[in-house]
Amino acid sequence: MNAIILTAIWGVVMMFGGVFIKRASVPKYWAIAGMVIILVANIMEFFGYTFFRIETRGMLQFDAFGLLFNTIAFACTLLYFMLNGRDIEKVGKNVSEYFALLFFILCGVAIASSFKTLLMLFLGIEIMSIPLYILTGSDKRNLKSTEASLKYFLMGAFSTGIMLMGIAFLYGGNTFASFYIDNLHLGTGKLPVMIGAGLVMLIVSMSFKVSAAPFHFWTPDVYDGAPTVFTSFMATIVKVAGFIAFIRLFQSSFGIMQEQWQTLVVIITAATLLIGNLTAVFQQSVKRMLAYSSIAQAGFMMLAIFALNDTAREGLLLYAAAYSLASIGLFAILIRMNDYTIQGFNGLAKKQPVLAITATVFLLSLTGIPLTAGFTAKFYMLLAALKTGNHLWLVILAVLCAAISAYYYFRIIQAMFFKEAEESEFVMDAPASFKWLLIVTSALIIILGLMPGLVIDWLYY
Amino acid sequence: MLGNYITFPELLLWLPLFSGLIIFFIKEPKNAKRWTLISSLITLAISLASLYYHDNNKYLLYNNVSYVWMPYLGSSFALGLDGMGHLLTFLTALSFPVIFAATYKTEYKNANIFYGLMLLTQCGLMGVFVSADALVFYFFWELALIPVYFLCSRWGGEKRVAATWKFFIYTFVSSLLMLEGIIYVYLQTTPTLTAQHSFSFIAFYNSHISPPDQNWLFWLFFIAFAVKMPVFPFHTWQPDTYEQSSPPATMVLSGIMVKMGVFAILRWVLPVFPDAVVHFRNIVIGLSIAGMIYASCIAMVQDDLKRLVAYSSIAHIGLMCATIFATNTTGLQGVMIQMFNHGINIIGLWIVVYLVERQTGVRKLSQLGGLALKAPVLTIFFVLMVLANISLPLTNSFVGEFTMFTGLYQYNRWYAAFAGISIILVAVYSLNMVQKIFYGSSPSETIVVKDINLNEKFILAVVVIFIFVLGVYPAPLFHLTSDTVTTILSHF
Repeated sequence: MNAIILTAIWGVVMMFGGVFIKRASVPKYWAIAGMVIILVANIMEFFGYTFFRIETRGMLQFDAFGLLFNTIAFACTLLYFMLNGRDIEKVGKNVSEYFALLFFILCGVAIASSFKTLLMLFLGIEIMSIPLYILTGSDKRNLKSTEASLKYFLMGAFSTGIMLMGIAFLYGGNTFASFYIDNLHLGTGKLPVMIGAGLVMLIVSMSFKVSAAPFHFWTPDVYDGAPTVFTSFMATIVKVAGFIAFIRLFQSSFGIMQEQWQTLVVIITAATLLIGNLTAVFQQSVKRMLAYSSIAQAGFMMLAIFALNDTAREGLLLYAAAYSLASIGLFAILIRMNDYTIQGFNGLAKKQPVLAITATVFLLSLTGIPLTAGFTAKFYMLLAALKTGNHLWLVILAVLCAAISAYYYFRIIQAMFFKEAEESEFVMDAPASFKWLLIVTSALIIILGLMPGLVIDWLYY
Repeated sequence: MLGNYITFPELLLWLPLFSGLIIFFIKEPKNAKRWTLISSLITLAISLASLYYHDNNKYLLYNNVSYVWMPYLGSSFALGLDGMGHLLTFLTALSFPVIFAATYKTEYKNANIFYGLMLLTQCGLMGVFVSADALVFYFFWELALIPVYFLCSRWGGEKRVAATWKFFIYTFVSSLLMLEGIIYVYLQTTPTLTAQHSFSFIAFYNSHISPPDQNWLFWLFFIAFAVKMPVFPFHTWQPDTYEQSSPPATMVLSGIMVKMGVFAILRWVLPVFPDAVVHFRNIVIGLSIAGMIYASCIAMVQDDLKRLVAYSSIAHIGLMCATIFATNTTGLQGVMIQMFNHGINIIGLWIVVYLVERQTGVRKLSQLGGLALKAPVLTIFFVLMVLANISLPLTNSFVGEFTMFTGLYQYNRWYAAFAGISIILVAVYSLNMVQKIFYGSSPSETIVVKDINLNEKFILAVVVIFIFVLGVYPAPLFHLTSDTVTTILSHF
């Protein structure tokens, strides 16, 4: 509860702060301060100190899983603000509003990680999405940004409609006429038509939100068109929050009749893995490549939805941390590049050794090389999927796709270390504090890779 | 102190790691080089000390250690040294100072990074040989690859990036499949105190997987190891990578890294999948022998010295792989000592090849000739290395290959007969190589060649001493590994 209230309040504070504070460099400090407060408040709630006692009639439940995810998401956001604060200022004039919208998104994230009814799920997902539509189009002078925003809005509105329809079907179909996900009592027999239709609609709309194939078509264009700072946020925290909502919904309400919808999820997972990885291979722009790679990583996270066991929950949390940290770091470096193509990275190791080395850690983590958090996360996903004991081929496909991903991630490493840069006047803006933050991020990745217990143990605290 | 606070496997692991990390920050190339050599010599001293305490019946305390790592998964950071581990850690510890000293003259761009990566590679290799937990094993198996990837891509021939990339993709894909195999076997293990399953060696050995499962798991593991060794038809990365890498990297790859594959088959495949080994042994032996003859035939027509040695290495490894799958005591004993001997010999051979290339500037057989007059000492050492490569009596590899052939013969005489063909072919191309480089008329490239200097003579003398001492008195190696052979064969 702490997180939901405080993020909302801080969003409003930031927004009105924009009226009084004219200097563009101030809001980011406010945002960082707010983020620290919210992070601390969330951790306090984890240890039982709730500041706001609001009767929600069980519609929200703050369990260890949700609070732990909030902590991960907020910590990543804090890092994101610190790394990218100056880049957010450069997007446009309304700096404090961007920060306000980001706080509203976090409010949605906090709801999506703690909902207990379909209504709250819907609210959470929508609160997450609507500010994003605005942020995508925030670079008003850029035609691509506007186009991306419109595309994202239309597709997003459509999927929201489908989700609402699905919720309505489920509400009408279950004998208790209940929104509570624990109380749907769908039974173990063959699904009634209404429930089945609702279920499929929910899978479709959630797949859309986490950009799983074949509902991924918006992703590359939107990620490419949006200002890179916001792509970074969209591709990491918002996406993993979608997955947390996904597994929360499916584990508690539809877990018992998994057999009946598992095939559908298997197909979606396989398609996401294949399309994401194969298309990423052909990209020349790193930004677009990262968009496809985020689809590919979503495919790996879909394995958790496929498995739906305790290992999957633990793994998803780890994956959220590993993937967010690595992607935020990589995007932060990408933003400062002059040239977004892979050739733009040529010879970076010579010009900016710290950036090149940390970027290598991020890329190795995304590939899933041991010693990085990415490996542990992928390892948990494979473990969870193999524990189910069926659809063994899906795991083999996932492993092969991880190998394909090495191809495009290592292209950047090769460019940075083994190719010579062309002569150019461009000097990268990389102050010492930025470099230290990158080093901290990569250290976190390695620590998590060595000791995943630092995250997982809290789940059973 | 030893045993209570720190054990040999830990020392062997952490010393290269930390010295490697420190050397990254030594900017002066000369100092970096010197400290790397010193670090590797200390590692060698530790390894020698560990050999003194090798008897696990008496000194178990010094050779095994286990830390809590991921209790909820049943994985602990467990390290241990058995006979085979002692053998290969000693090979690793011995090879690195030899390699550094032999190539001491060569200057590298960014020498500190080069030497740092070399030591990190040593750490990864040590980790593979001392791990006693499947997850730890996989960690180091992949980690050893990363420094090697950077080493081979950054320093070497013109096409190095593409060649190394091929190597990386081969090994990465196969190890990921092995990871899946590891997880599957893990899920079949019995519960422990803290977790439902366990990654420890013992648990894997006692997993008793059903024969149908063994049959496909076998291939997931075997392919990963076959790529590393490499066994035909997974060998295509090897000649390119060896040719394009810088000499020290090539020596590490062929001297030690290929032993990872042989080691891992002995460590994992034989004890965990005994039924599948029996089921598929003829296919694997057939592939290995076909690979031996094929590689030998290609080696005969090679003009490039490095490629020739690379193909010759495939032939030797093929014999090891074939003999492993004969699964009898004699054969496995032979494989054990041949792992060590081949490591020594191939590094020696690479050193002389490197010296020929350095002194003349070329490594094409067609451009070389008449070196014997100009560099008599180099010629003597080269011929000695080649004789060891042919495994002539008195050299160490004679003992190894003789034992291996006996083992293979005991299993099936026809296999031994076909494998024997490659022995003849080795002699053909090796002697042909000596003839073309050192005798005949000298073309323009080799007119101003000088002989090698004292430092290199000394290193080569050390290698030659190993070759002949172990050729006459191989008993220590047999003694060291007999326990491991018995343990492995007890699963059949």
